[in-house]
Amino acid sequence: MKISKVDRRAFLKTTGHLLIGFNLFPLVNCSPYEEDSNLTKPYNGIPVRPHAGKDLIDSWIRLDAEGHVTVLTGKKELGQGIRTALIQIAADELEVDIKRCHIINGDTGQTANEGYTSGSNSIEGSGIAIRQAAAEVKFFLLQLASEKLQAPYENLMVKDGWITSPDKKKTSYWDLVNGAYYEKSITGKAQILDINKHKYVGKPIPREDILHLVKGDAHFVHDLRLPGMVHARVLHPPSYGAKLISIDSTAVRALTGVLKLLIDGSFIAVIAEREYQALKAWEKLKEVTVWEKPTINPVPDRLFADMRSKTQKPEIIQETPNISKQLTISPIRLKSVYQRPYQMHGSAGPSCALAKWENDQLTVWSPTQGVYPLQATLADLFQMDSEKIRCIGIPGSGCYGHNGADDVSAEAALIAKHLPGKHVRLQWMREDEHQWEPYGSAMIMELEAGVSKEGLIQVWDSKIWSDSHSTRPRGEAGHFVSARHLGNPFPFRKGGFSGGAYRNATPLYDIPDVRLQLFNYDGPLRSSALRGLGAYANIFALESFIDELAKASGVDPFTFRIHNLKDERAIAVLEKLKEKTKWNALERSKNKGYGIAFAKYKNSAAYFAVMVEVEKITEKEAFKLKRMIGVIEAGQCINPDGLINQTEGGMIQSASWTLMESIKYDEKGILSKDWNSYPILRANDIPGVEVHVINRPELPPLGAGEAAQGPVAAAIANAVFDCTGTRVRELPITAEKVER
Amino acid sequence: MTKSIVLAVNGTKKTINVDPEEPLLYVLREEFGLNGPKFGCGLHQCGSCLVLANGQSSYTCRIPCSDFEGKKIETIEGLSKKGKLHSLQQSFFEVQAAQCGYCVNGMLISALELLRKNPNPNNHEIREALNKVICRCGTHSRFIKAVKKAADSQSKF
Ligand code: FES
Ligand code: FES
Repeated sequence: MKISKVDRRAFLKTTGHLLIGFNLFPLVNCSPYEEDSNLTKPYNGIPVRPHAGKDLIDSWIRLDAEGHVTVLTGKKELGQGIRTALIQIAADELEVDIKRCHIINGDTGQTANEGYTSGSNSIEGSGIAIRQAAAEVKFFLLQLASEKLQAPYENLMVKDGWITSPDKKKTSYWDLVNGAYYEKSITGKAQILDINKHKYVGKPIPREDILHLVKGDAHFVHDLRLPGMVHARVLHPPSYGAKLISIDSTAVRALTGVLKLLIDGSFIAVIAEREYQALKAWEKLKEVTVWEKPTINPVPDRLFADMRSKTQKPEIIQETPNISKQLTISPIRLKSVYQRPYQMHGSAGPSCALAKWENDQLTVWSPTQGVYPLQATLADLFQMDSEKIRCIGIPGSGCYGHNGADDVSAEAALIAKHLPGKHVRLQWMREDEHQWEPYGSAMIMELEAGVSKEGLIQVWDSKIWSDSHSTRPRGEAGHFVSARHLGNPFPFRKGGFSGGAYRNATPLYDIPDVRLQLFNYDGPLRSSALRGLGAYANIFALESFIDELAKASGVDPFTFRIHNLKDERAIAVLEKLKEKTKWNALERSKNKGYGIAFAKYKNSAAYFAVMVEVEKITEKEAFKLKRMIGVIEAGQCINPDGLINQTEGGMIQSASWTLMESIKYDEKGILSKDWNSYPILRANDIPGVEVHVINRPELPPLGAGEAAQGPVAAAIANAVFDCTGTRVRELPITAEKVER
Repeated sequence: MTKSIVLAVNGTKKTINVDPEEPLLYVLREEFGLNGPKFGCGLHQCGSCLVLANGQSSYTCRIPCSDFEGKKIETIEGLSKKGKLHSLQQSFFEVQAAQCGYCVNGMLISALELLRKNPNPNNHEIREALNKVICRCGTHSRFIKAVKKAADSQSKF
């Protein structure tokens, strides 16, 4: 429940408390942690309290008189270690022990609206806001201390929140805030701490949540148990656009434990006392429903042709005047076409959410990447005031973009509406997640380029065909898949074309003439943001093509890239990779192949270069991924181990996409419904993985979570070419596509 | 139709009244309040729901709870003793072997089964043991390292 700024101030004044710090009993009706809930409760020091604007310090940092520090962020923990990284930043800036710090993330009842946790933006956005807020807190408190201790501000020393004057008089942050009322805005005047004084930033501080994970403590939204909770399952239609014709529900209603069966248009859900009872009812529902199913068109073998034929005028994203001429005169000219099929997020744990309606107010416990966009879209779904909806973010299984998290949250809310006062827990089945998540779009990348005799790229022309890479809910209920299945369906207007589709399509290389054209395609499958969006396929194409150009020019792939780059940081990453891989001394036998690739994510975030080694094993296997060595530079590195962990994960995930993954479907529906029909990389086939970090503590931190996806794909393609002589331009790069 | 069933989980016996067909996973989560074993696929494909039953790693997402009567069931919650982490948990933490962590249960259980049978596994044997568990975050290389580290610590498993 958000309360307005005025109400809040009045409330705090009347209770005689303050804003930077204090002890205050919680606003009772705001607690996300209902009694008896089993998830970690916030410690008593920090009350649950709504934020009132990003310009206020206490939207980001709160101190209390007992010595606790609470950091608030609108960003969600997705397994990327953001909680630890943000706490490191705050602890350093405040000069307090990290143990004092605690973080609340993603709760419309408490944290600022920071949109979605996506695009590797969290450190760049939230991190910088928190750093500034912490600096302001310290700045303000030191001024108070200066008065209290009768010593000049500049001469005060701070250690773990204790402030000492030159004549050894002492006070602390906690003394200063005790019983006082301060509401301060961010002035931008507070100095940021000198990086040489950092105790935590730049260090591999372990993630505490991993301790809970190995002990099997409650951690995920799946683990949340609220009083009187009941269980739901949704029977999704058998395929896109299918309509319910008839249902014989007697048998389902008669099952033990079934509390309610909901049929609203083609949206069918069942609620039961126990989870297993809901599951049995769901299984039964499959047998007693009859559907009318439209066919899916085009099927995979006609997909790419359809993309070309159904799209009309391209959007011209970029075009230099001499492009057409230059394309005809460069001495070395090449043209290649690359393709990427639909691929899925495939979260390990199917999406899950809880919802409860009470007094016409809705609370949703959700694994969403954006509590505020979810709140706004739920407001549209229920045609109610968003102030009456509270969305509390709780970790889910890794999502890697827009998976089923928002859909399941909306469905839980739709179902719970029919049982007011009850906590309803909805968990998707494996086939729900595989079949209904919005996939990463299929794409075609057609590239043409010209190179001078000296090996300099003169011209680069790209055409991209793609469906949308963002259909996330942003206020229109039709973006929840089940809202389209209701008796009174919400329309789905796709929008969100372009941006994500040409991410990283423009080369970072220094090229005088460039053109980029985008053909927006309305494809047969549901699509949205998957880690890296279009960057994955665009970099796969771009960096494969660079390899082809280097070959055609007779230049070593490192040399070719470095010659064509101006960006010093990009060159440094490649040089480091060359050194770490001992490129010039690698064993060059006929069974081994090596490939490299590079990108600066979004051309504005982290730099990443990678080398891949593949080996011919047997005639049958064609090739096997042996090793991947990566170098990443993300400006100031907050937590090197966190950065390495995430980069290793991105590399392995990308290797899986690149070697194995493609959604199977036919005109009747999606066929990739489980891990057998959509296999991914498992432990047996994991290559050796090594990541090196270039830290630039003097520069701003850059987003890094998606940096590896594209380069790994291209490096694999380049290594496979080096090893087998076959240039595979269509993902996934499977043994069947390699000529033997 | 409910039936009374006795299950021995992490050293404690408990009698529960439950549909004997109900898969063990739901019983562990609802009756025993455990979080380690998780639903991932319900199809014996992903390993999220693994527990040890008489020392063997077993899926719990489909197999009826009544099949586990008389067996010694272990979950990751039972590993740490007197607040002290089990050496395998310790090495997972030290290696920081998790991203989202959804698969950690399956990885720990598979590793534990392996280390008890073979305290000095080679790289290949470790991979083979972890292969049944799906990890979508790509944390495999850290899991492999953590298992190796636990093995090298010469602890008793
Ligand atoms: S949930 Fe049991 S194997 Fe996947
Ligand atoms: S760490 Fe996320 S699934 Fe393995």
